[in-house]
Amino acid sequence: MVTRTVNEPTEQVAPPPGSPVRGLLAFVRNTWRGLVTMRTALMLLFLLAVGAMPGALLPQFPLNPPLAQQYIDDHGWWGQLLNRAQFFDVYGSVWFAAIYVLLFVSLVGCLLPRTVEYFRQATAKPVITPRNLARMPHHTASTVAAEPLAALDAAKRQLRGWRVVERAEPDGARSISAERGYLRETGNLIFHFAMLGLIVAFAIGKMYGYSGQSIVLAEGNQQSQWCNSGVLAYDSFTPGLRVDGTDLAPFCIRVNNFSSTFLSTAQADSFDAGLSYQDDPRNDPNTWQSYDLKVNSPLNIDGDKVYLAGNGYAPVFTVTYPNGQQRTNVIQWKPDDAVTYLSEGATKFDPPGITDPTELHKKQIAVTGLFAPTAVITNGVMTSSFPAPNNPGVAAQIYEGNLGSDSDEQSIFDIDQNMVDNGSLKLVAQANLSLGQQVTLPDGTKVRFDAVQRWVSLMITHDPTADYVLVFAVLLLLGLVTSLVIKRRRIWVRVTPAGDDDPAGRTVIDVGGLARTDQAGYGEEFTRLSARILDAVAGADRSTAGKDA
Amino acid sequence: MPVNETIAHYSSWCYGSATGIYVLAMLFCLAEGAFSRVKQGAGNAAPARQLVGAGGPSTAESTTAPAGPSAVEPAMHIGRTIETRRPLPERLGRMGVALVVLGLALHLTAIVLRGVATDRPPWGNMYEYMSVLCFVALSTWTVLMRKFPIRRATGFVLVPVVILLFLGGTVLYTAAEPVEPALQSYWLAIHVTVVSAASGILLVPGVASVLYLIRTAYDRNANRFARLGPKLPTADTLDRLAYRTTIFGLPLFTFGVICGAIWADSAWGHYWQWDPKETTAFVAWVIYAAYLHSRATAGWRGTRAAIINALGFAVMIFNLFFINLVVTGLHSYAGVG
Ligand code: HEM
Repeated sequence: MVTRTVNEPTEQVAPPPGSPVRGLLAFVRNTWRGLVTMRTALMLLFLLAVGAMPGALLPQFPLNPPLAQQYIDDHGWWGQLLNRAQFFDVYGSVWFAAIYVLLFVSLVGCLLPRTVEYFRQATAKPVITPRNLARMPHHTASTVAAEPLAALDAAKRQLRGWRVVERAEPDGARSISAERGYLRETGNLIFHFAMLGLIVAFAIGKMYGYSGQSIVLAEGNQQSQWCNSGVLAYDSFTPGLRVDGTDLAPFCIRVNNFSSTFLSTAQADSFDAGLSYQDDPRNDPNTWQSYDLKVNSPLNIDGDKVYLAGNGYAPVFTVTYPNGQQRTNVIQWKPDDAVTYLSEGATKFDPPGITDPTELHKKQIAVTGLFAPTAVITNGVMTSSFPAPNNPGVAAQIYEGNLGSDSDEQSIFDIDQNMVDNGSLKLVAQANLSLGQQVTLPDGTKVRFDAVQRWVSLMITHDPTADYVLVFAVLLLLGLVTSLVIKRRRIWVRVTPAGDDDPAGRTVIDVGGLARTDQAGYGEEFTRLSARILDAVAGADRSTAGKDA
Repeated sequence: MPVNETIAHYSSWCYGSATGIYVLAMLFCLAEGAFSRVKQGAGNAAPARQLVGAGGPSTAESTTAPAGPSAVEPAMHIGRTIETRRPLPERLGRMGVALVVLGLALHLTAIVLRGVATDRPPWGNMYEYMSVLCFVALSTWTVLMRKFPIRRATGFVLVPVVILLFLGGTVLYTAAEPVEPALQSYWLAIHVTVVSAASGILLVPGVASVLYLIRTAYDRNANRFARLGPKLPTADTLDRLAYRTTIFGLPLFTFGVICGAIWADSAWGHYWQWDPKETTAFVAWVIYAAYLHSRATAGWRGTRAAIINALGFAVMIFNLFFINLVVTGLHSYAGVG
């Protein structure tokens, strides 16, 4: 087979003496030839396998940055060394790129000549019939009464679907050489090209894609609306190399409601968010379409996909100031316990009507602590026994003073510990609150736990080539199956006049077979086919002759 | 969806019985090997060596070894036809195979009942996955026994299967439960079915390749594996068995990985993010690709190809155990919850 040419070890072309240019050319040529051998492909495949493995065994920055950092910190110089060698970002590392670029080049170098050869083969005639068919791995023979030409015609009729060529041989014999299974090489080329395409599409997707997350309250109100207006709309955003965030699809989403169900074991059973969305609010600001967003069914808006990536609770607090004024705030708290949804967070209040910064910074309030959807209090300590909001409770710690909101490092889930440490922010009350309960601060201000709302975390991904990757993956699979299932195989039929010493003037028929692919298991097919050929030949003339192999 | 405890209980019972029957079958099959020594020892080794020399994979690249049923272990057929009543070891071995078939029936029942009990495809956790893997592996072997003269090696397939089933039924046992939302997808059914089936099929070439290495070591030097070597199928048979099952298992595995990517895309938002499980599957896939390449590379057929194939299966098992049990703690999918 054609492809076998690449199997041979490269012969080293000695650089011709003299001209450095020719020396360089020879070097390039040798390197190239070395690169496109099967042996190199094999080595590169191994390298790829070995190189990919650390990414499975070590925590990776792109997947889990804190864990990767933790690992480095825990392992001293060894962690530092691994980090410098990019072992915590294997798939973005220089050396991994080197491996797959080499493999890629080798693949191209291997495919080009094979493709040329393939098209040459497309019209090539099956090879000349070997002299001695009895030497073939598969062989059978018979002597029949039919005329050689009639016998050959009868045999030929059995070879439908084969590429057949008939030849006259010098010694008066005639033969058919037939071959089939050319699709094997087709499949093999499709497979390798599809892999090439897949790698390219994957890389382009990485460059021009982005993904990000944003937390949205599921109440159908103003706070529940989210627009893909730019990077700032996201709580976290991971752009591809060629994405600057200025050209995002401008859709808007409103989360109307959210519900979750749990098994009695507290295992989650279903999550369900009711959405309204607009493809492009600039076109029709008033029409909304609705979508039922679930974990396994993302919403697809013109190539951007919206996923339900997480959810949690947002306790609602109302602060009543001594002068009777009220403020109600709601902000998401983050679940610390993935099973019971015991959450923590900080809901912050500015006193109403105060503009003077020094006054403001005496009267800011933060409600922090723990939220439990199903609160259980043992020895005064609140825990959550179930993820559903059966008995919501807040173990509240209320701070008053300067929240330090001016500093950039504010976390929405926490208060600024520095402010507590330097005395600007003081703990003024602690209480376990159920729904509707309130606590009174020393200055007479009341803080009431009013209600619980739900929030969802939406993940938005944009991958312009995902569909192409899928197409290439399917082609890859089809090519692989074709090339593995189809056998390239040959069959030859030779008819020879039995000779002068045969008084009946009969004809000897030889059938030989060879499968060109390794371990093909051609035996059964050959047995069947050759039997059919011999039967047909015997039937070509009424008088049947005994078969003797 | 509540779990039907009674049916789940029957399922576990079938699982346990099937495992017990496999253990018995394994003992029978291994006993055949252990006691048939004198009879088979001399007769079997010589033709085997000759076969390897003549038509083994080390010959010119594109010629096929004379395949087909005619080329297989002549000594065994002679032994069988001469004697009217089969010798005890052989009867033991045949009983072992019969037990395997019985075990498979119970095993299948266990899997089906598990699915009925939980009202979902019964492969949502490691216990269930390994159960399917072993079932497919043994079924594949049983089917292949009709095409390849490998009955005598049945005990060697039962060893890993029994170990896996035992671990699955004890250490990794998980009570019947519905699965979490991220797993509630018909892609789960397709993806995990296909991958566990493919892994089961690939167990066969894994075992065949290890046996091939033992057999060729013996063929080269009759002092090595002197007791075990001559009782194994010929190197050529094992090589063909490994290749034929690999080219069946690998596309299936490829399909399974693609389904997994589609599922990951709909559940987690990224079809491929080099998560440890994905990475290790990728590595296994590349190793099997290397196996196919090695068979087309001069100097790499035979022993080296067999090592690569065995390595491929080792990585599959590594993915099943190490990545599931040790590494997952390092990384969690961005699933809800
Ligand atoms: C990205 C890395 C590659 C992968 C994953 C890969 C995978 C495969 C697979 C699975 C097969 C089996 C199909 C069959 O047996 O017909 C195969 C066959 C083949 N590959 Fe690759 N390949 C890769 C790169 C290469 C390269 C770089 C070359 C050229 C040097 C190459 C040359 C061949 C040839 C000639 C065959 C046919 C072998 C035969 O006829 O048995 N491959 N490849």
